[in-house]
Amino acid sequence: MTITEKILARESGASIVQPGDNIWVNAGILLTHDVCGPGTIGIFQQEFGKDAKVFDREKIVILPDHYIYTADVKAHRNIDTLRAFVKEQNLPYFYDPGTPSYCGVCHVALPELGHVRPGETIFGTDSHTCTHGALGAFSSGIGNTDAGFIMGTGKLLVKVPPTLRFVLDGKMPSYLSAKDLILHIIGDITVDGATYCAMEFTGSAIEALSIEERCTICNMAVEAGAKNGIIAPDQKTFDYVNARTKKSYEPLYSDRDAKIQAEYRYDVSKLEPVVAKPHLPDNKALARDCRDVKVTQVYIGSCTGGKLEDFIMAAQLLKGRKVAIKTLIVPATRHVEQGLLDTKIDGQSLRAIFEAAGVEPIAPPSCAACLGGPIDTFGRTHGNEVVVSTTNRNFIGRMGSKDSQVYLASPYTAAATAIKGTITDPRDL
Amino acid sequence: MSKAKLIRGPVYVLEDNIDTDLLIPACYLNLVPTIPEEYKKLGSYALAGLPDSFPKFASNPDGSTPYPIVIGGRNFGCGSSREHAPIALGAAGASVVVAQSYARIFFRNCVATGEVFPIESETRLCKEFKTGDEAEVNIEANTVTRLSDGKIFPLKPIGAVAPVIDAGGMFAYARAIGMIKK
Repeated sequence: MTITEKILARESGASIVQPGDNIWVNAGILLTHDVCGPGTIGIFQQEFGKDAKVFDREKIVILPDHYIYTADVKAHRNIDTLRAFVKEQNLPYFYDPGTPSYCGVCHVALPELGHVRPGETIFGTDSHTCTHGALGAFSSGIGNTDAGFIMGTGKLLVKVPPTLRFVLDGKMPSYLSAKDLILHIIGDITVDGATYCAMEFTGSAIEALSIEERCTICNMAVEAGAKNGIIAPDQKTFDYVNARTKKSYEPLYSDRDAKIQAEYRYDVSKLEPVVAKPHLPDNKALARDCRDVKVTQVYIGSCTGGKLEDFIMAAQLLKGRKVAIKTLIVPATRHVEQGLLDTKIDGQSLRAIFEAAGVEPIAPPSCAACLGGPIDTFGRTHGNEVVVSTTNRNFIGRMGSKDSQVYLASPYTAAATAIKGTITDPRDL
Repeated sequence: MSKAKLIRGPVYVLEDNIDTDLLIPACYLNLVPTIPEEYKKLGSYALAGLPDSFPKFASNPDGSTPYPIVIGGRNFGCGSSREHAPIALGAAGASVVVAQSYARIFFRNCVATGEVFPIESETRLCKEFKTGDEAEVNIEANTVTRLSDGKIFPLKPIGAVAPVIDAGGMFAYARAIGMIKK
């Protein structure tokens, strides 16, 4: 069996499962946030009763992150709904905006807080829940109804996915990041190339990636339609997890002879920086072939591209240079925000590097303009902006305005573009 | 889902990769679907993310749609896990989506909520219909008929999720099989 099949088998009490089997799986963690949490709670209370208790207080994690810094009245009402529910149910893992416990973007915070452990199952009311497979967990996005069901029962009916294996070998060039790798893959297999499948990433180039970079890869599995992305845990994973939780866990691995649906191989040393052009994540083009595209703003943030290492990459290029266009920096979490101060390149903090380069005042952590959001959201587009962004989706209207265009890119390509004002291959600096 | 298995009316035609930001833009995700007046409001914003060149979907004065049938191409509903997407279609009064293929979470959310039937077509129906054409979808016979000339197009059987759809959604199904108490 594959790692995905083994985790689902163990959590369903079966010794063997096969792709296509419909099985009841135990939820290790149920994750929700401010946009889908209130609706999930609504379903839970409608279906299980006003006095019902959640299936396990320790297994529910609520990380508000979408609409935090806005004057929108309903957005605040929704966070109040979460607060009331947390109080009523006495839930221990609620990271409340406006308090010291607030974290920011749920998919960066969840592993940071030690809630992601190899071999476990995670279900979340957000499609990018697939991120957490980077630590060897089965992790998948669900809707409010399924989440309400889990809240009451601790279980979900799951169809076992077939596995597509992506073997990435070769030495990673200095100008390439994990974002380039996943944009290459999505460009090749298209936005529905992995529909209903598990995307398993393996090979020496994956092993060489940091945990944060592995998260970037798994984060975008859903942009190819996948149910989950997953990477076998290794010593890097265990060191990362053990530094953040004392809870025990039992990792699982794919058998050598596990049956898979297809295998794709890449030599990363031969790959070049890419962008996904408007308006689909599979609309791949080499960055150097887009030199004529004039850009009006650069956005560095989100669960895909707002982690500390994303900002280190951007700062490496922005150090000692000036941005030519509006450049927006949104650290994903409080931890990342602190890292901008604590992490230094030649004695200069990342924050100081960005400020010296002339970026816009750095925003507090949240999802911000990645998905547009309320009208007053930081960085939201309102006209015909051309954006190069380290986020995950470039659908029409995704960042706010239907008339704006979004190019997805790595932090290197985004920073190089900020300096030149046109789409720039980082090698051209 | 106590929806009719025979759905008749004008169709609204879309093509490939209709994403959840088109189905319900994120600025409306402050609405909570389990609050009745916000559920209704979500319906009035169904497909509000489409470019302005498209006819308005929820164009009735009361915020509902004149189109009970939505036709799409490949990968319908790609993107976010927001359940607001099938809910917006259902709240607007649509009963069925007929597309060549679906993104996984959208399909699942249609089934779990019972808001709209997500049916797969055997052929590329978005080339056979234009918005406003009258059609009849027969969910038991797995057909869609173009009423202008009576031409019948085959639909794929609903498959493994049929028991959940027949029960009326995830909770009704779980109660029917004794997974949770009635």
